[in-house]
Amino acid sequence: MTKPSKVLLLGSGALKIGEAGEFDYSGAQALKALREEGVNTILVNPNIATVQTSEGMADKVYFLPVTPYFVERVIEKERPDGILLAFGGQTALNCGVDLWRNGVLEKYGVEVLGTPVQAIMDTEDRELFVEKLNEIDVKTISSEAVESVDSALRVANHLGYPVIVRAAYALGGLGSGFCDNDAELRSLVEKALSFSPQVLVEKSLKGWKEVEYEVVRDRYDNCITVCNMENFDPLGIHTGESIVVAPSQTLSNDDYHYLRSLAIKIIRHIGIVGECNVQYAYDPSSMDYRVIEVNARLSRSSALASKATGYPLAFVAAKLALGAGLFELKNNVTQCTSAFFEPALDYVVVKIPRWDLGKFNGVDRHIGSSMKSVGEVMAIGRTFEEAIQKGLRMIGQGMHGFVENRDINITDVEAALKQPTDRRIFVIAKALADGYSVDRIHELTKIDRWFLYKLRSIMATAGELAKYGSIEDVPYDLLKIAKQQGFSDFQIGRSLYKQAFSVDTDALMASVRSRRKELGIVPVVKQIDTLAAEYPAATNYLYLTYNGSENDVEYIGDHRSVVVLGSGAYRIGSSVEFDWCSVNALQTARREGWRSVMINYNPETVSTDYDICDRLYFDELTYERVMDILEMENPHGVILSVGGQIPNNLATRLDGAGVNILGTSAQSIDRAEDRNKFSAMLDSLGIDQPRWRELTDFAGIEDFVDEVGYPVLVRPSYVLSGAAMNVCSNPDELRRFLTLAANVSKKHPVVVSEFIQYAKEIEMDAVAEHGEIKAYAISEHIEFAGVHSGDATIQFPPQKLYVETMRRIKKVSNAIAKALDISGPFNIQFLAKNNDIKVIECNLRASRSFPFVSKVLKINFIDLATRVMLGQHVDKPAKSAFDLDYVGIKASQFSFSRLGGADPVLGVDMASTGEVGCLGDDTDAAILTSLLAVGLRVPKKAVLMSNGSSRQKTDMLEAAHLLHRSGLTIYATAGTCAFLNENGIPAVRVYTPDTPELQPQVLDLLHNRQVDLVVNMPKNFTGHELSNGRKIRRVAVDLNIPLITNSRLASAFIRAFTTIPLSEIEIKSWEEY
Amino acid sequence: MQASKKAVLTLEDGTTYAGRSFGYEGPAAGEVVFNTAMTGYPESLTDPSYEGQILVTTFPQLGNYGVPPTLGDDDLKTYLEGSRIHCRAIIAQDYAFYFSHWLADKSLAEWLKQEKIPGLYDIDTRALTKHLRNHGSMLGKITFEDGDDIDFYDPNAYNLIAMTSIGEPLVYDGIGCRPVPLAQAGPAPKGLKTVVLVDCGIKHNIIRCLLHRGVRVVRVPWDFDFNTLEWDGLFISNGPGNPDFATTTVDNIRRAMERRKPICGICMGNQLLAKAAGGRTYKLKYGHRSHNQPVRLVGSNRCFITSQNHGFAVDTESLGPDWEALFVNMNDGTNEGVRHKTLPFWSAQFHPEASSGPRDTEFLFDEFIKDLSK
Repeated sequence: MTKPSKVLLLGSGALKIGEAGEFDYSGAQALKALREEGVNTILVNPNIATVQTSEGMADKVYFLPVTPYFVERVIEKERPDGILLAFGGQTALNCGVDLWRNGVLEKYGVEVLGTPVQAIMDTEDRELFVEKLNEIDVKTISSEAVESVDSALRVANHLGYPVIVRAAYALGGLGSGFCDNDAELRSLVEKALSFSPQVLVEKSLKGWKEVEYEVVRDRYDNCITVCNMENFDPLGIHTGESIVVAPSQTLSNDDYHYLRSLAIKIIRHIGIVGECNVQYAYDPSSMDYRVIEVNARLSRSSALASKATGYPLAFVAAKLALGAGLFELKNNVTQCTSAFFEPALDYVVVKIPRWDLGKFNGVDRHIGSSMKSVGEVMAIGRTFEEAIQKGLRMIGQGMHGFVENRDINITDVEAALKQPTDRRIFVIAKALADGYSVDRIHELTKIDRWFLYKLRSIMATAGELAKYGSIEDVPYDLLKIAKQQGFSDFQIGRSLYKQAFSVDTDALMASVRSRRKELGIVPVVKQIDTLAAEYPAATNYLYLTYNGSENDVEYIGDHRSVVVLGSGAYRIGSSVEFDWCSVNALQTARREGWRSVMINYNPETVSTDYDICDRLYFDELTYERVMDILEMENPHGVILSVGGQIPNNLATRLDGAGVNILGTSAQSIDRAEDRNKFSAMLDSLGIDQPRWRELTDFAGIEDFVDEVGYPVLVRPSYVLSGAAMNVCSNPDELRRFLTLAANVSKKHPVVVSEFIQYAKEIEMDAVAEHGEIKAYAISEHIEFAGVHSGDATIQFPPQKLYVETMRRIKKVSNAIAKALDISGPFNIQFLAKNNDIKVIECNLRASRSFPFVSKVLKINFIDLATRVMLGQHVDKPAKSAFDLDYVGIKASQFSFSRLGGADPVLGVDMASTGEVGCLGDDTDAAILTSLLAVGLRVPKKAVLMSNGSSRQKTDMLEAAHLLHRSGLTIYATAGTCAFLNENGIPAVRVYTPDTPELQPQVLDLLHNRQVDLVVNMPKNFTGHELSNGRKIRRVAVDLNIPLITNSRLASAFIRAFTTIPLSEIEIKSWEEY
Repeated sequence: MQASKKAVLTLEDGTTYAGRSFGYEGPAAGEVVFNTAMTGYPESLTDPSYEGQILVTTFPQLGNYGVPPTLGDDDLKTYLEGSRIHCRAIIAQDYAFYFSHWLADKSLAEWLKQEKIPGLYDIDTRALTKHLRNHGSMLGKITFEDGDDIDFYDPNAYNLIAMTSIGEPLVYDGIGCRPVPLAQAGPAPKGLKTVVLVDCGIKHNIIRCLLHRGVRVVRVPWDFDFNTLEWDGLFISNGPGNPDFATTTVDNIRRAMERRKPICGICMGNQLLAKAAGGRTYKLKYGHRSHNQPVRLVGSNRCFITSQNHGFAVDTESLGPDWEALFVNMNDGTNEGVRHKTLPFWSAQFHPEASSGPRDTEFLFDEFIKDLSK
């Protein structure tokens, strides 16, 4: 084959549940491979916070939706000769298949590189897939594809319950689940059919093991399996929801190679060129198996496998797609052996999902066949115990490992074991502590006993430790074993000192640390080298372990390295944007002549790619582990301000330990983080802020509310259930929230703040050097304050701010930068009403919007900030936002469709899982592309409106006019309908479920797909009025009908699509702006 | 918490590694080698090619899935590769005191104790492996806290092939049938070709792989003169140690070549065939012991992942003019097989029979069977 000269790569768009940072990593790897081969690259990806859309990656970047319409227009303009579909998840794959089917690829002579489209369809279409594997006598799970609820019922009754339902062509198990009866099936199938024309009903093999293989094949038919992985949780729990172990631990040689051989047979028969994964259900008591599915593309698992083994799957797959043979490629780690090999691991890898279900009201916490987790961590150890305890700390939900955690409230342990939730592993801990046997837990959970024995042995060690009253009394052997099993100093301290430990945690932890160092119990550093030490590694991909006696790397102590702390697991509020920041900090440090060192543990990131830095420690970001590394590494200094809140929170303690924190001092960070200190500082600077008070009793709260008036924002320090923050509009709501959801006492104070309605929210992202601002970007939210800044739609440069407001914001920011002597990145959030501005928050670190403003402005804020932190004097960039003749819009991606039961409404707590950033010649164009990029669609038929409060109804009037004028039908609920009609806009009245006898019923309209946009605003912020509104919103989400719940955003979107036709949006690459 | 005895591995260069015992508590000595396979300890332990060696598994957790039943006769085990454990000891980072697998009927610890083989854990096997990689495989001994000392033992000074081969020729007519001594065997059942299998310390899966393909297998001792027998093909097995000890076998192979009938070899078989072809062998610094060795069919783009276990290798350059390399190792360029340029004589340095390891080259048995009918 001739090598293409210009290749189009499709990205995966915004991060969402089931499709997250892993595709930034795989796309970035592919671009690197293409560049190495001298191929010109075009990237379509609206996710502006990614590394792959950064300078130096692709030759041209289009921040446009990955949809057939936009991609076709890019093809039309760019005329690439090849396209890669395998690196942008299901989004890219589906888009590519559509383009192929529509004849677009053929029309423009674009060749699909790597796995052929036919092979993709053979794996995606269930019936074709089963047929294909039947041809080679490979067993699949018996299932039938159906296209209606009735035929689903027929099939289910034929197979016998329980059955599992899956939507075809859907990512991450969207719309799938188990059903035990007709009723459950009916509701699930209806939902699934809204996402996918085809639904599969299959016999459930609940309780079987789930095992997968990552397989690579080149065009010469050479095959390797790079890694196999075993799920800790049995079949029935989506692999994205399961703890996963690599390599498999409970498979014998026969098991392992039986499945391995099958995987190779399958990929040869399907004709993959590149990478794919094969998932099996495997009988725990024989060698019977079923193939669950084959993903003919890079996946979350392949990213994990790459990180778990050091084998760069995406990089290799891209080379193979260009026609290379595996035998022509080198192993990147040894740089002397062949890439045609299978990694040998001399460590154990454990992946643990990270959920954020606590952020959603009403969400179902059970985990199952559909994915709900928003991120994951990967822990490396030389025993399973060590790795899993590390991992449980890494997920960052206040847990310290498997044992010695705060008590979780489980009333019925047995039920909780049977029906797993996001807390399942801690339920096992509780069960073991309560005396459940391994056999009993196995019976209830079907988790392989091997894992349970290992967990039991952790529990036993905690029990041994608890027999001693002081660290001085603990025998050497026991202390060593505890560390080998992954106990942190914290866990050891808590085992020993029980209650007393919480009183004096820091000092007692320090005593554990110094005692074990005295005894010589310290971790060693090991390399991940792909060949289990058979050949020397040329890279420094490292982890720490207590199961070893010797370091793999030498420490020269020349203080010429700079350590960057990463951002940990992706979660709501912290994701790919901090990866971009970390990667840029590493690159700058390297460019400036320092050895760059990274600490992070998120397998979905580019910052954990071992060739992005000089040394990568794939390890914890706890104080204990960071200090272990710093004590060995002896760096020049540490950068804490590019990895979000996790590194930021370590500032004071690291500073206390004498660590050189680069940039803004720990004292300043503390002054910004501590509410009281910060507030006092603002007062002394004469800077306004919303009134607030920390209160410990109900009477005090009422007095304060009397002073500031409703609504108020309430932040309890201890949350019983549900969201951590709430806006209360009246005494009732306040009382209900404080009694039901929170707890107010001397021990658990509550912060109550004045909540200013209809105010603009403005962000200041900036870099300062010794208190002087060097570069800044002011951006404005489309929504009024009250929508979390992570959920808001952000416009940069601002288009509707008064010059006076901007001037004041700059003045205040300068004053704060000076007062805190900021050196490095920072972000301040403001409220503006009329020309009054108030400071809401200040973070002395990079914010979520840094990549967005850096890319829109084309000034790399992190590069600038890193140079400042490295002690350089930087000049102010010549360009400012006023020079831009285009607009950037950052829009949020929500994943409510995966979070069954959750009310898809926005509030003060963040709910979005990702974002996009699109550019346009004006606000309307940028709004339209960015909202289409997060999954909204331009309605063709009708819009359903429930416009909330009277103010919101008024706000929506212009938009309603525009809808009417563009010929769309408006359906509206009672109040909204009356209001529209009074104002001369025809609207059809619809009735809500509380009046089921009246027609037309709103939910019927949705089910019958008579409506293709839902605008639904809650009247206020509590969960009650809500039952009707909530039902409408939930059904819209479940049926995949676009939903907007904010009047300002709805107006902006409606304005955009009614005023500019899609065809008028200019297709311009980033470089062309 | 496991109470286990402390033990020390001492290498011949004086390096020591302190660990804990989970197996038999008695001293042992041998050549210390490492294997990077992630599965297959029951197979490796019983693989005669490990005779006299102390096996270090780089995969850190050992014993996870217990040990399968020792079903079958000593002449042909169902799940194992030999009639007993051939390793002198086994060492890992960590031992799973509780195993889990439907097929297992005992723990690895129990089995090791039964067979009087020490097992050590809590040793930095990565550091040990790097030491062996840098300094080459070396002798080592294991001693226990308060236990007896033992002298170093160099297995390569002994004819291990003789120690692991069978005593008398046996005839196998199928997987289910009990083998009978050659003297008592009748003519081959109708339609079955006869393969003479020279046992240099054979892995049982080679026997199984041949029998599955419907041939009569006449398994003969390493020094048996098979030129006295009628056969359709000759197969030379794997085996432990230095091929220089097997001059008798090499002489026999050289004479057998005159029949121009198919000759095939695996591992030691490759080395002996190469020697019969005029070639020479040498000891590798630390050998190839793993499941992930890449080999390429010389002159083609076909590559295979193979299972390997060898300390010696063929010097391709030394082969006679009628011979050439068949496979080459893609990592270090060493010889992975030889073939005669015109006659059906060929062999592989790796293990097409796998067990343990990948089965991607099992088709080579089919090739051999095809040769029989040519």
